[in-house]
Amino acid sequence: MADIWRMIGRRLLLGILTLFVISLVIFGATELLPGDLARELLGQSATEETLAALREQLGLNDPAPLRYLKWLMGVLQGDFGVSMATQKPIAELVGARLGNTMFLALYAAALAIPLSLVLGILAALWRNSIFDRASNALALTSISFPEFFVAYILVLWLAQTGIFPSMVRITGSTTFGDRLYMSFLPALTLTLVVTAHMMRMTRAAIINLLASPYIEMARLKGMSPLRVVLRHAVPNALAPIINVVALNLAYLITGVVIVEVVFVYPGLGQLMVDAVTNRDIAVVQAIALIFATAYVLLNLIADVMSTITNPRLMHRR
Amino acid sequence: MNSPMLPRGMSRRGLLKSGIAMTTASLILPAGMAMAQSEPKKGGVFRVGIGHGSSTDSYDPGLWDNLYAQTYAAARHNQLIEIGADGNLAPEIAESWTSADGMTWVFKIREGVTFHSGKTLTPDDVVASLNHHRGDASTSAAKPYFDAVTDIKVDGPNVVITINAPNADFPYLMSDYHLAIMPGTDGKIDVTSADGCGGYMVDSYEAGIQATLNRNPNYWKSDRAHFDQIVLLTILDPAARLNALMTGEVDTIDQVDPATIGLLESRGVAKILSISGNAHYVFPMDSRAAPFNDNNVRLALKYSFDRQELVDKILAGHGSVSNDNPIGPASRYYYAEMEAKTYDPDKAKFHLKEAGMDTLEVTISAANAAFSGAVDAAVLMSEKAAAAGIKITVDREPDDGYWDNVWMKKPFVASYWGGRPVEDQMFTTAYQTGASWNETFWSNEKFDGLLVAARSELDEAKRREMYQEMQRIVSFEGSTIIPMYNNYVMALSNAIATPEKVSNNWNLDGFRCVERWWFA
Repeated sequence: MADIWRMIGRRLLLGILTLFVISLVIFGATELLPGDLARELLGQSATEETLAALREQLGLNDPAPLRYLKWLMGVLQGDFGVSMATQKPIAELVGARLGNTMFLALYAAALAIPLSLVLGILAALWRNSIFDRASNALALTSISFPEFFVAYILVLWLAQTGIFPSMVRITGSTTFGDRLYMSFLPALTLTLVVTAHMMRMTRAAIINLLASPYIEMARLKGMSPLRVVLRHAVPNALAPIINVVALNLAYLITGVVIVEVVFVYPGLGQLMVDAVTNRDIAVVQAIALIFATAYVLLNLIADVMSTITNPRLMHRR
Repeated sequence: MNSPMLPRGMSRRGLLKSGIAMTTASLILPAGMAMAQSEPKKGGVFRVGIGHGSSTDSYDPGLWDNLYAQTYAAARHNQLIEIGADGNLAPEIAESWTSADGMTWVFKIREGVTFHSGKTLTPDDVVASLNHHRGDASTSAAKPYFDAVTDIKVDGPNVVITINAPNADFPYLMSDYHLAIMPGTDGKIDVTSADGCGGYMVDSYEAGIQATLNRNPNYWKSDRAHFDQIVLLTILDPAARLNALMTGEVDTIDQVDPATIGLLESRGVAKILSISGNAHYVFPMDSRAAPFNDNNVRLALKYSFDRQELVDKILAGHGSVSNDNPIGPASRYYYAEMEAKTYDPDKAKFHLKEAGMDTLEVTISAANAAFSGAVDAAVLMSEKAAAAGIKITVDREPDDGYWDNVWMKKPFVASYWGGRPVEDQMFTTAYQTGASWNETFWSNEKFDGLLVAARSELDEAKRREMYQEMQRIVSFEGSTIIPMYNNYVMALSNAIATPEKVSNNWNLDGFRCVERWWFA
């Protein structure tokens, strides 16, 4: 067990280092963007005088390294600072959106993970059957279309017929049930997009194991095929499945801006696009860090869980 | 509504993001046509899906620059003066205004108006609100309007504004949408406060997502603000906006995608409102840079493309041809009789020859950030110009950073202007020598002289003549190609009724749909 803790500790330290490097890269990239916040806020109507006045107010005249250091010191103390554009604390700005994004990601995951595991296991069990081919074809079809296309098709079938709303309006008084109902279409879109990857990995991992001698042994003992798969194959196939699930979860958190736009879902992606367009660099960095953290943490969890499910990995020298 | 100054910033960001297009096949309901004759009724929840709005929108009136911020502001605030649906000035917080010499303007402030917070509006609040846009430290986009203002003071129930030169149209400037009257404390307004004296009070607001406002029970206008509640939603994606309207999630959307108007109509779930105003698309040429410093070259270009084709293809008919005239048909002194420029390769060749050239090669730097379809418009122009021996290369620029790196930096670009109610505003903002937004750096002594003279000319006939002369100068000697005026295209659910005349000053009935429309 000590090995596990040591590994987690080492991974966390590496993760923090990664995040630091990412923050540098993001800052550098935002510096390369043409124009600045003052220019964006004033728009085409900006004159030299109003620009100068606003830049002074916003502290944009400091050199870049100084601005970066100031921001980094704040973050280390848990203070993400205030949005330069709205003067609101970033934590407040990002908080609600992060909640929405997590809700949608978990909702989609709750639909997609059981679906893809069940489909994957059944497909492996009935390899080369009609079921296997049909589920593969469907999953590959839905992953092959761009997200927005899948989204529009769902809107056409399920929203314009009045079954589900075409846009998500979350307010303070929205109940959990309403939320599930309103967010169903975006969650379904994301489910369709991520299911193929997880399902096929599950299927491949299990089929791979089914050729092993110990599975042969289990069969010879007279076990039912389902029991062979669930009791003997799945536990050994968990490592690759966990990895691909983690990867898809990270995608659900960070990569859904298009789905957000189509369903007017108030998530982090849209906030980040706004912030980039407006050169509100503090917000961009905060969100980029959140996304990077999601990746690092999910990868860490995936590694730890694969290690736990495979004792050999814990005892290697 | 209001108008002014912020021409373009207005939809710039939205355009960037949503790629809006105005447009379609024909004027379905021209401005002024009756849509519903019923008497206004109270009640209902009015939901508007707007193609703008960003998480960086703020309550600072000097920074409002998109249709969402403008409509949200119109729901909360009043200005000194309103521009009525007919284009004339109407009293709002200023009950009346007079000036003996065009320099000292006395605005009588309405009594008995209260803010949402319960505070009574005083002339001091008006002074504080106006001063926010004035002075060196101001970051307001309306600041240039106050350059001529030398003093703003309270005099009993009046606010007296003194300007340094006579200007008969000064009251029009006070209708600018930035100049919301907000409560002042020690001569300053609180730019983080939503408090105003308008028809609706903020219930909740999430920047870039939605705002919910309830009717102000103490609103001083008894015949306005008919809805119990309004909800303003940011829906950037044109298809999502359309879906929201068709599925009944919202009652009105702006910036309808041209390709979808036919679909909307065939469904019968909504009506299209296509309002022709003064907004226009332009291709400015840097008048200091060769070859554009020669007016013959500029004229050659003006004759080398088909304006009607652009209206048909880029606006899908929801607009009208402009004769390189920034003053639109909705203006008082619009010069309709001016000699029209048509597609005429021979004339273009003639002007090239006058400039001492046989052929001409120029590059247009365009991006759809300027207006939806700008790149396509440039390509259409380039096709037609070939016949006149003019080779136009279309350089597609990125939307992001367009206004920083291309506009007013490269010699031949695309751009757009929102309509303004007053000729003087348009000319002063974009055509006067040295104006901040004079995007062509054009300078014409005669024009500048007329502009100043017309401001203080009180004889209507003479003013008309002067403004028409200015339009002619800009059209035939100016450095801006103005192919078309674009309509404002909105879609309304059948349940919504509007007054007979819908304002053509800005989009969404001059941002005032929230207070002028009702449920039939």
